[in-house]
Amino acid sequence: MVAEIGFGSLFISLIVSIYGVIAALYGTSNHQKKWVLSAQQAMRLVFPLLTITVGSLLYLLINNNFEVVYVSKVSSLSMPLYLKITALWGGQAGSLLFWSWLLAGFTSAVTIKKWDRDQDLLPWVIVVGLGTLAFFLVLNTFFENPFVRYWQVNQDIVQSFSQPAGGFIIGPRNGSGLNPLLRHPGMVIHPPMQYLGFVAFIVPYAYAMASLITGRSDDRWIQLSRRWTLWAWLFLSLGLILGARWAYDVLGWGGYWGWDPVEISALMPWLSGTAFLHAVLIQEKRGMFKQWPIVLIILTYNLVIFGTFLTRSGLLSSVHSFARSTIGPIFLVFIALTFIASFWLLSSRWDKFKSRQELTSFFSKEALILISIVLLMGMLATTFWGVIFPNISELITGAKVTVGPPFYERVAAPILGGILTIMVICPLAVWSYVSFKHLGKLLWKPFIVSLLGIVLPILGGLTKVPAVIAFWLVAFVLAVNGFEFVRRTRLRRKTESENLLEAVTRVFQRNKRSYAAMIIHTGIVFMALGIIGIEFFQTETQGTLAEGQELQLASYTMEYEELQIFDTPDARNVARAVVLVKKDGEVLDEIYPRRDFYYDSNQPVTIPGVRSTLVDDFYVILVDWKAVTSEGATFKVYHNPLVKWLWIGAWVIIFGVVVATWPEKKSSMAVSKNARPK
Amino acid sequence: MKKILLWGGLAVLLVFLSIGLYRSQQGQVSKGEKAPEFELISFSGETHRLADYHGSVVVLNFWASWCESCKPEAKDLEYAYQYYLNRGDVIFLGVDYVDTEPEALGYLEEFGITFPNGPDLRTEISQAYRVRGVPETFIIDQNGIISHVQIGPYSSFEHIKSTIDPLLD
Amino acid sequence: MIQKTNRLLWWVLSAALLISLIPVTGYAQGSDPTDDDVNAVAKQLYCPVCENIPLDACGTTACEQWRGIIRDKLAEGWTDDEIKTYFVNQYGDRVLAEPPRRGFNWIVYLVPVVIFVGGGYLFYRGFQQWRSPEPDKNLRKKEKTTPKPVKLSEDDINRVEEELRKRSQG
Repeated sequence: MVAEIGFGSLFISLIVSIYGVIAALYGTSNHQKKWVLSAQQAMRLVFPLLTITVGSLLYLLINNNFEVVYVSKVSSLSMPLYLKITALWGGQAGSLLFWSWLLAGFTSAVTIKKWDRDQDLLPWVIVVGLGTLAFFLVLNTFFENPFVRYWQVNQDIVQSFSQPAGGFIIGPRNGSGLNPLLRHPGMVIHPPMQYLGFVAFIVPYAYAMASLITGRSDDRWIQLSRRWTLWAWLFLSLGLILGARWAYDVLGWGGYWGWDPVEISALMPWLSGTAFLHAVLIQEKRGMFKQWPIVLIILTYNLVIFGTFLTRSGLLSSVHSFARSTIGPIFLVFIALTFIASFWLLSSRWDKFKSRQELTSFFSKEALILISIVLLMGMLATTFWGVIFPNISELITGAKVTVGPPFYERVAAPILGGILTIMVICPLAVWSYVSFKHLGKLLWKPFIVSLLGIVLPILGGLTKVPAVIAFWLVAFVLAVNGFEFVRRTRLRRKTESENLLEAVTRVFQRNKRSYAAMIIHTGIVFMALGIIGIEFFQTETQGTLAEGQELQLASYTMEYEELQIFDTPDARNVARAVVLVKKDGEVLDEIYPRRDFYYDSNQPVTIPGVRSTLVDDFYVILVDWKAVTSEGATFKVYHNPLVKWLWIGAWVIIFGVVVATWPEKKSSMAVSKNARPK
Repeated sequence: MKKILLWGGLAVLLVFLSIGLYRSQQGQVSKGEKAPEFELISFSGETHRLADYHGSVVVLNFWASWCESCKPEAKDLEYAYQYYLNRGDVIFLGVDYVDTEPEALGYLEEFGITFPNGPDLRTEISQAYRVRGVPETFIIDQNGIISHVQIGPYSSFEHIKSTIDPLLD
Repeated sequence: MIQKTNRLLWWVLSAALLISLIPVTGYAQGSDPTDDDVNAVAKQLYCPVCENIPLDACGTTACEQWRGIIRDKLAEGWTDDEIKTYFVNQYGDRVLAEPPRRGFNWIVYLVPVVIFVGGGYLFYRGFQQWRSPEPDKNLRKKEKTTPKPVKLSEDDINRVEEELRKRSQG
């Protein structure tokens, strides 16, 4: 019954989407507004409809309806409620449905605003939005139907949605349950966030395409999509960071990023999305380089679709891959159509976007932004090449090769360095004009402070040159931002005679974007600090200990104090080690690395015990392929300096985006306190 | 000029993706196809080439010592080997897939396997047959054409026999 | 003088770079390899069967066996490189973290270089252009005088005012 409701609403959404596309096309080509309005209604409807679909699947999951094939694949009786909910996106069919639902959310949300001013863009936004949604709904309906059920027909068991002749529903007593690696709070938030990030980019893309199709060459599409772009960027960044956090917490190799092909597929749209954000800035402030934002948003969106295709089609070999599926070929057709349509439109309207392109100085803000865009694109091109090369190699030579971390790190490190360098100057750089004297005046004080970034590490015993340089750059960027903020606040206080608190808030309000950018860049720099710490200075050791024995790493000692073994109500057997973290004989902390063994899927998962401070993480994990007893348990220990800054940086970035998108008061004239008539 | 580059690049990418997708969707080498040539060097040092056995039926079995599902069929395969041994025209070859020699030899000893087995060096043979996992067995007829593909273990000696006998007169 | 200093600097940097590229090799013969020694080699290899998992992080029986092989070879005195070559001969190039630098694989390393050098060059050229844009010759030919102001109709003026009002209301 519920499965029928679910599939019914899914199918209706598909029909409604197709209707919307046709109605919008008809309405706009025949200048009949009512058809366009009807299409707009259709676009409004898809989200509620798909919510019914998703709700149905959730109902089936929560109520243990194992006759539904998907439910029995990803759920089981012993899973706690929150996991049954996250199982919604635990497998290919459900996660595709989840994707479509989020996509519908964004397309419906776009209809909420008043469209009077942008009547000509509306039909095309509908066509792009609903057209994309229709494609994914086709996948959901015909290729990866989550509502397919088990039927017994004579001796065989058949999977089908509708009743086969002579068949009756058969429900297994229990399901296989979610892969234990996915049974983690990270699963609750990382995929949704990642999908949100991907899917949100359809809004700026739809606006851009609408603008292209209608032959406009103005900024309107950028204005309309600005907030959407910021949030999309934030979600995508958070998706990546949460994935890294999850890997750090669960996967037990003490790392956060493996340069796995699927990770890279998520990174690529982020790179071009970041470039897009910055290119928009140049167009808005100076009206120049208008071709760049539009190229970049098209690239970003196409990379999102391409990344999803790579992940789900089985073309890539990765720990993230879904099971082999039949959606590959039709997905490829969709990609081909999207790429070709985007590029064709772009090339036919190219000349309309020719704009003044003038750079007065290498150090002007727009020049710096352009350089950073070029760096990001270089990174994008290289990672793209690295991802597809194994397939090329196999095609041409027949040999399978791995393109792994050494290849990517070699490229990423200098680029990150270059971007940090740019971030030193850019808060101080001015649009279009630069005076070196002025720049120097602003730079010398932060420069002195930044030398702490060289002196302190060297005093601390650091000899690795790239690391010293990296620390120096980090210190420099922080110093520049700090000094600039203080300078402007001071200026306000002087001219407006406000107190400190007022000055600080006004400084934010008056040039919100600039400060939000400073905050976000500071967050990025904190993340860079974390990356430098762990990449350059991580140390590890492994050893087998009996209770009472100790292991040493990097001035810390860990003692295996005791082992506790018990069963939990959700069908796990937990072997929990109590580990003391000591330094110079003194006990600093007690941590609990443990191994969980899941009965229904016969698989173990190890959760590390971590002592985390601003200076470093002491990370202990049980090696689960060796016995865990009180006579002998094998521990792998990592010392990860500064890694906490990676996560702190993420919070700072969130704060920065919130500041940037904080709704502005209706602009009123800013009145200076001193300007009152006497 | 730039346009040609862009469109050309896009076309190359799409073609490349199509080919890659097609290949990834391909299953194992299937019935009716010509069996790929290979060279297997057994643990005892002899070289076996598929071409050498033209005119005989070849039973090509992929296994590994770490493969739990390979174990049930191991004894049955040895039994089948002994059963057909005197005929001289049914050849059994075992390919050890991504394994370590000490463990592999231990496995062979545990199940009393006497037919030739060798490591799949550089995974060339399993790649040629597009093996997706172990165990998989390919029955190759006297003309070098694949006549049966067994994914997963054989259920019994009779099962093995039923895939070989039709090829013999 | 400056050229000589530059040359010297170049040599020093290149030497430093080359030295830093020398992999850590060699292992004392005889002593029992610790887990750390095994992991140091395993880190550089990938599991031949699982997808994209480094050999030191992989938990399967097979990976445990492979680490056992590394341990045995280390105890016999093999170097890191010898062990890696052994794995490649057994399982193919895909166990290495990077494609080995021979034959067709050179392309994977060349292309990024081309991207960066080429991209850098294109950007430099573009930058030159943007620094000093060509004056629009056509403009000078067509316009002999300053353009006459366009007369706006009452309607147009009203529409403009309407737009302005809308914009300021945001």
